[in-house]
Amino acid sequence: MLRIAKLPIAVFALFILVFPWTARRIPAIEHYPDIMVFAGIYCLITIGLSLLMGYAGQISIGHAAFFGIGAYISGILTTNYGMNPWACMLIGMAVTAVVAALVGTPSLKLKGHYLAMATLAFGIIIFIIFNEETQWTGGPDGMSGIPGLSLFGFEFDSVERYYYLVWGVVIAAFIFTVNVIQSGTGRALRAIHASESAAGAMGVDVARFKILVFVYSAVLASLAGSFYAHYLNFINPATFDLFFSIKLLIMIALGGMHNIWGAIVGTGLITFLSNEWLQYFEEFEVIVYGAILLFVTVILPEGLAGVPGIVKGWFRR
Amino acid sequence: MSAGIEENVLELQGVVMTFGGLMALSNLNFKVRRGMIKAIIGPNGAGKTTLFNVITGSFPPTQGTVTFNGRPIQHLKAHKIADRGISRTFQTVELFGNMTVLENVMLGCYTRIRTSFMASGFVLSQARRKEKQIRENALKILKFIGLAHKFKDLADSLPLGEQKLLEIGRALASEPELICLDEPAAGLNETETHVASSLIKAINAKGITVLLVEHDMKVVMNISDEILVLNYGRKIAEGPPEDIRNSPRVIEAYLGAEA
Repeated sequence: MLRIAKLPIAVFALFILVFPWTARRIPAIEHYPDIMVFAGIYCLITIGLSLLMGYAGQISIGHAAFFGIGAYISGILTTNYGMNPWACMLIGMAVTAVVAALVGTPSLKLKGHYLAMATLAFGIIIFIIFNEETQWTGGPDGMSGIPGLSLFGFEFDSVERYYYLVWGVVIAAFIFTVNVIQSGTGRALRAIHASESAAGAMGVDVARFKILVFVYSAVLASLAGSFYAHYLNFINPATFDLFFSIKLLIMIALGGMHNIWGAIVGTGLITFLSNEWLQYFEEFEVIVYGAILLFVTVILPEGLAGVPGIVKGWFRR
Repeated sequence: MSAGIEENVLELQGVVMTFGGLMALSNLNFKVRRGMIKAIIGPNGAGKTTLFNVITGSFPPTQGTVTFNGRPIQHLKAHKIADRGISRTFQTVELFGNMTVLENVMLGCYTRIRTSFMASGFVLSQARRKEKQIRENALKILKFIGLAHKFKDLADSLPLGEQKLLEIGRALASEPELICLDEPAAGLNETETHVASSLIKAINAKGITVLLVEHDMKVVMNISDEILVLNYGRKIAEGPPEDIRNSPRVIEAYLGAEA
């Protein structure tokens, strides 16, 4: 049986709980909770993407666009129309679901990696729209003044409060996804990955499942976008470009594609690398990502999530 | 016919399948009576696997109708046909190699018991109950096919003979009325072949109709009630084994015309 152990999830949740409290006391990492908010936002995207890529075997190079749609819908509806941020979040997710179904359906009905090409084109189109529809999006300069979040009078106005909000949602999404993986639905997804024709012959509606998972991953990306917009209070198109989509793939590849934990580990690492540890490299950080991708593909095809298995293998010998 | 139960589980009428200019099946008509073991034989390239692919919905026939339990199914997708009660195995084993033996059979139960995406995400008690049911069904089937002791192994790690059995088990898990076995004995040694043919008989004894493509003539002659012979996509003979064995047209197709 594919079982994902509960203990590591509990340990991880505990770590998330105490991290800000610890970081506050160590000057060198005082600002880490802020980076962790971004890591959490990106984790929301990669959890869904990991289900799509690692379990259902489909590649998307357009998730930056879904991330952007969520962010811009939240941004535009709250600043221009004064709507409730939570309602905007839900609207963003609903719109993204429809858009993802429209983009995904034609390509997911085919066998092979057509989704990668369709999402690549889609991502570029959406990026152009963010840049050109100046009256709505503010164009390349972006839009500012997006309000923060509050719930029943409780303002998520500090880094720590937002941290707990985002990571609470991440852990909920993580557990939901883990449950899906361990269920008959997850089994059907892995079956599709192994053999589409056999899965079909066993009654699995292959196209419907691929679309469903694609839509689910897009909706999570949209939710992440809304959180991003309300945290930074400012968005501009550069955040949602093609390179960000690729960065998401690097996160998953580094963490390990066939393991849902890989999404968390890879995203955490890459976020800290790009927001903190690679600051000295400036534009050259791209080279580091290239090196990471190369290293992982050649040396660690299972990603970092595969390392415990390798270490266990050494001890068994 | 009483109470809508058709005597013939499966009926093909005027089925034509062309790939570009190649006619893989031409105007094929035949019936499969409920509860029988029917074998389809013929030289390589006769269209046997194509016929299976048409019946199970891998691709729709160019022309003609396929009727299952009195209803046309030729326009349905593979998963819909599986839901109706036709299951199959593949000539080249198509197991889910990255999954365990048990999981492979559990997936086979998918046609009968399934949980929605949302229900599985929230692990509702109903979803948990279903999962338990699926597991029990799958274990029962593993016992039936004699692979219960290997339930934890990865499907890829089994020897070919057991992989073939597992494929049959997975097909059985969908509780089919008609099971299509594509060369279940291909590549097996004598002992394994014997196991496979007794399993096919045992499946048939449960009341499941069997449609069988097989090259091993000993197996075919021993277990089938009726044989259909194809050559170049045409039916050249149909009848009980003893008739087929002595049919000059069949001998000609296999050995070539006598000089």
